[in-house]
Amino acid sequence: MIKVDNLKKQFGNEEILKGITTTFEKGKTNLIIGQSGSGKSVMLKCLIGLFKPEQGRIYYDDNAIQDMDEEQQRVLREEIGMLFQGGALFDSMTIEDNVMFPLRMFTKQKRAEMLERVNEVLNRVELDGVNKKYPAEISGGMQKRVSIARAIVNKPKYLFCDEPNSGLDPKTATVIDNLIQRITHENDITTIVVTHDMNSVMEIGERINFLKNGVLVWKGTQEDIFKTDNKDVTDFVYSSDLFKKIRDVQNKTN
Amino acid sequence: MGYLEDIGTYFLMLKRTFSGFTKAGVLKELIFKEIDDLIIGSLGIVGFIGFFVGGVITLQTALNLTNPLIPKTLIGFATRQSIILEFAPTFISIIMAGKVGSFITSSIGSMRVTEQIDALEVMGINSLNYLVFPKIIAMLTYPFLIAIAMFLGIFGGLLAGVYGGFVSMDEFVQGIQQEFIPFHLAYAFIKTFVFAFILATVPSWHGYYMKGGALEVGKASTKSFVWTSVLIILANYIITQLLLSA
Repeated sequence: MIKVDNLKKQFGNEEILKGITTTFEKGKTNLIIGQSGSGKSVMLKCLIGLFKPEQGRIYYDDNAIQDMDEEQQRVLREEIGMLFQGGALFDSMTIEDNVMFPLRMFTKQKRAEMLERVNEVLNRVELDGVNKKYPAEISGGMQKRVSIARAIVNKPKYLFCDEPNSGLDPKTATVIDNLIQRITHENDITTIVVTHDMNSVMEIGERINFLKNGVLVWKGTQEDIFKTDNKDVTDFVYSSDLFKKIRDVQNKTN
Repeated sequence: MGYLEDIGTYFLMLKRTFSGFTKAGVLKELIFKEIDDLIIGSLGIVGFIGFFVGGVITLQTALNLTNPLIPKTLIGFATRQSIILEFAPTFISIIMAGKVGSFITSSIGSMRVTEQIDALEVMGINSLNYLVFPKIIAMLTYPFLIAIAMFLGIFGGLLAGVYGGFVSMDEFVQGIQQEFIPFHLAYAFIKTFVFAFILATVPSWHGYYMKGGALEVGKASTKSFVWTSVLIILANYIITQLLLSA
């Protein structure tokens, strides 16, 4: 579980996060949604320690990251898996070496053991037989799956995903979404997904946090989001014609 | 103010580079890879330039030596002094600022743009130690490259002088042995170490702290070349003043 208490972040005079308090539950896919510029990616980067917030506290299972020394933060980061928007695979390494990287850095396993684990996670993300290829030789969707494999290879307790579907076709996007959710449930980890994709909300939005201009304006579940009267949320959800039509059909049915 | 901030971040970068060490086995592999990329990969161009510039120095010295009272041994002497004192350490380092410096800036800059550096940090790896430290250690072998440039430069000068008919083999060899001061070699290698440090760290700083996209990677590489060259020239002046003018 990850708790955030009164999180504030600003760049220069511009306040990006204006005192966010929320909880991300263990064993659930927790979504942070909102329009572009709402502060969701900044919030994610504060959570993983790439940005230092001006104010507020972040608790990883009741341990505040602000109270940890550098070594404790480093150890914590070994328990974090991160799926970046662009995959962030190391282009000079093969897929196998990319996935093996966290194991080489943080474990004392022998190469054969590491290879076994790499093949296991590559199989888990349905990517057998690409071990010796380089990131540039595989598709965007495959790169995302390799990135997921790298994120989970060292059995993290926390998984962060930044716009996992950006640049993917709807079918591949659904595959990635379902994969993230399955991994979350199977390993009982705390997963946080930043997205503005309503399809992801539909697919995996077990707990949803809606941000607008750096403020958490709504929290709820997948079911709640279609029932809420919150205007900011309804404006966002029904900005898509598809969802407008679904709402109209539902209204007629009722 | 901007320059002061840049100098500050450069020294903070150095501090972080020498802390939070990456696993020794991984670091060893990275150092060998950097030696291959930065040093072994530069052997060809350094050898080629060293050989031909050495030849040109000899030709120019010989062509300007019109007074019959000046001994021909001066051709070998002038070639040796030019190559050991300035050409090999300084001129080659400026070329390396273009070749190795741009490579370092663009490779680290590309990693910044594609979030690979963020990925390292999120994993709990000190990205500066992982990326910059192996380059600094690899560049400790840079004097080896400069020694080859010195040898090939003098050899190129000998071939150009002898086969161009400007000087005999004996006169040239006598010239390169004439009034040899071993400290000049020490001076050349001391400044080579300083240049090696500049070549490893200044381009790394430009790549690591760059902001923007692919276009900015190109701009950072150009800026990196300019600043690395400027710092090499300045360091050259200061070291020469300190070591030779006393």
